Amino acid sequence: MSPTAGAGNVPGVRIVVCVKHVPDIQSDRALGADGRLVRDGGDGTINEVDENAVEAAVVLAEQVGEAEVVVVTVGPDDAEDAARRALQLGADAAVHVLDDDVAGSDAFGTAAVLAAAVRRLGADVPVDLVVTGMAGLDGLTSLVPGALAALLDLPQLTLAADVALADGEITVRRDLDHATEVLSAPLPALVSVSDRANEPRYPNFQRIMAARKKPVETLTLADLGVDPATVGAAGARTAVVEAAPRPPRTDRVLVSDDGQAGARLAAWLVERDLVRPAAPPTGEVL
Amino acid sequence: MSTVLVLLDHADTGALRGSVLELATVARDLAGDGGAVHGLWVGDEPLDPALPVLGRHGVSVVHAATTGAADPRLTPVLAEVLVDAVTASGATVLLALSTFENKEAVARFAVATGAGVVTDAAAVERDAEGRVVAAKTVLAGTWTTRCAVLTDPAVVLVKAGAVPAREVDADAPALPAVSAREVAVSERATRARVVERTAEEPTDRPDLAAADTVVVGGRGTEGDFTALEALADVLGAAVGATRVATDEGWIGHEAQIGQTGVTVSPRLYIGAGVSGAVHHRGGMQASGTVVAINSDPEAPVFEIADYGIVGDLFVVLPQLTEALRAR
Repeated sequence: MSPTAGAGNVPGVRIVVCVKHVPDIQSDRALGADGRLVRDGGDGTINEVDENAVEAAVVLAEQVGEAEVVVVTVGPDDAEDAARRALQLGADAAVHVLDDDVAGSDAFGTAAVLAAAVRRLGADVPVDLVVTGMAGLDGLTSLVPGALAALLDLPQLTLAADVALADGEITVRRDLDHATEVLSAPLPALVSVSDRANEPRYPNFQRIMAARKKPVETLTLADLGVDPATVGAAGARTAVVEAAPRPPRTDRVLVSDDGQAGARLAAWLVERDLVRPAAPPTGEVL
Repeated sequence: MSTVLVLLDHADTGALRGSVLELATVARDLAGDGGAVHGLWVGDEPLDPALPVLGRHGVSVVHAATTGAADPRLTPVLAEVLVDAVTASGATVLLALSTFENKEAVARFAVATGAGVVTDAAAVERDAEGRVVAAKTVLAGTWTTRCAVLTDPAVVLVKAGAVPAREVDADAPALPAVSAREVAVSERATRARVVERTAEEPTDRPDLAAADTVVVGGRGTEGDFTALEALADVLGAAVGATRVATDEGWIGHEAQIGQTGVTVSPRLYIGAGVSGAVHHRGGMQASGTVVAINSDPEAPVFEIADYGIVGDLFVVLPQLTEALRAR
C-alpha cells in the first residue's frame, strides 16, 4: 500500500476500534439472579454492529494507505474471541482488558476502561480516530460512545450510516428519527457506526490464518491505572433489582385463510377493544 | 419532595412532541406531594404556544435555554445545557424521551455529573426507599428488568407510551413561569459541526415510536405498501417496516423497526409479510397484541403472534380493512 494513496494529506492514521463480546442473539439469552447477563453459554460472538465498526475502520485504513487498526475489547476470557474475530476482519492488533473487577460494569464503567485503554495506546503513538458500534445489541443503551467521547475529550460523530475521511476531516451521514444530518469534525475524533454503514467482509481462510499471527495484548485495570472501585459492580450507578423472563403469550390463535380470515380478524380485534378511533394525525400536540 | 426536570423535545417547527406530556405525568408521580415539575426548552423556537398545555400537565416552571451561536441540536451542546438546567432547577431527577439524540446527550451529562442512567424505560416509580426505579425490557424484549438508579441526580429516558398523559385536577391551571437564559457553551461541544440537515417531511400519520397501533410490512409485500397504508388509515396507525423493506428502498429508513432502528411497543402490532427475524423481533417483541399475516406457515413471526393468519396479505388486509371500515 502506498503511503500517499487515498485520503488527501493524512500521512498515517491510527484507528482504535472498540468491540464487545456478547451472547449470540440467535441463542437463548438469559439474565442471572444478579441481573447480569449469563455469559457462560459458550455461544458468544462479537456484537454484530461492531463488525460494521471494524469494517469502517479497515476501509478507512485501506484508503489512507499508511494506517494501523487496533482493536480494544473489555470482558472475561471469552471476550478474546471478539478481538480475534476483529483481527480476522482486518484489524492489525488487539488489546484485551481482562480483570475480574470489571464484571458488573455499567455503561460508564465500560467507557472508563475503554478510555483508559485508548489513552494507553495513544501514549505510544497518537490515536487519530476511535470507532465503535452504535449500540451493544444486548443492553441496547447506546450510552458508551457518547461517554467515551466525553472522557477522551473527542468530537463525536455518531450513528454513522456513511463515513468518509479527507484532508484530516472526518464526515458522517446519520439518519435520525426525524432528520438526516451530515456531521464533520477534524481528527482526532470518535465515530459510532450503524449497521447501514457497510457490509462487513467475510473472513476467508487466508484472513483467518493471517489473524493467528496478529498480537493480542492482555491488560489489567492496574496496567491501565484504573481504580477498581470506580468500575465494575463497585462503581455502577444503576443496579438491576429484579429480572424475569417475559411470560409467554397465551390463548394464541393460528389459522389458515379460508377466504374469511380478514373479516374474522376484524371481529377479533373489535372484541378486544383494539380498534380505537383514529388518534390525532401527528405525534405533535400543537 | 423533589424537583423533576423534563426535557421538552420539540420538532424544528417548535411543535412539542406529544409523548413529552406523558413524561410530565411520570414526573408528577415521581415529584410527589410538595414536589415540582420543571420543563427544559432548548432552542430558539417559540415556546409560548406550548405553555398552556404544559401548565395543564403540571409543569410549573419552564427553563428556556438558548445557546448563542452553538447549534443545540448537537448532542454535546445539549449535554452542557442539561448540566446547567439541572443545577439551576435543583432537580434530583431528569426525564427525557428515549431517542438516540437524548441517549448521547445524557451519556455526556452523566460523565460530567456522575449521574446514573436508565434508557428505554417502560415505567418509572419510586421504591420504598425513595429510589428511582425504572422498568425496561432487554434481550430483544424477552426479559423484563427493574433497575434502581443509585445516584443523585438520577436520569431516566422513557419510551413513548409509558403512561397515558394526565392533566392536573384544576379548573384553571396556571401557566408555567418562564426562566430564560443563554447558556455559555464550551468550545469542545461544537468541534463536530452540522454540515447539512434535512428534517423529515411531516406526515399525516402518528409518530412510529409513539403510536398506539403499528402496521408493518416486510419482504412479503414485495414493495407494495398500498394495502398496509389503507389499513393504517382506518386504524389511525403508524406504518413501519423490516430492514429488508427499507434496504430495498420500498419505504424510508426511518420506518425500520428493529434493534438498530426504531423500537416500538404499541398496544397493537400488525405485521404483514414479516418473517420475524430476530433483529426485527428485538424492536417489537414488547408490543401488546401481535397479529401476523404471512404466506409461509414456518415464518418465525408466528411463534410470537397472538393471532396468526397463514395467507396472502393482498387478500387478507383489504378484507380486514373493509370489515373495519364498515363498522
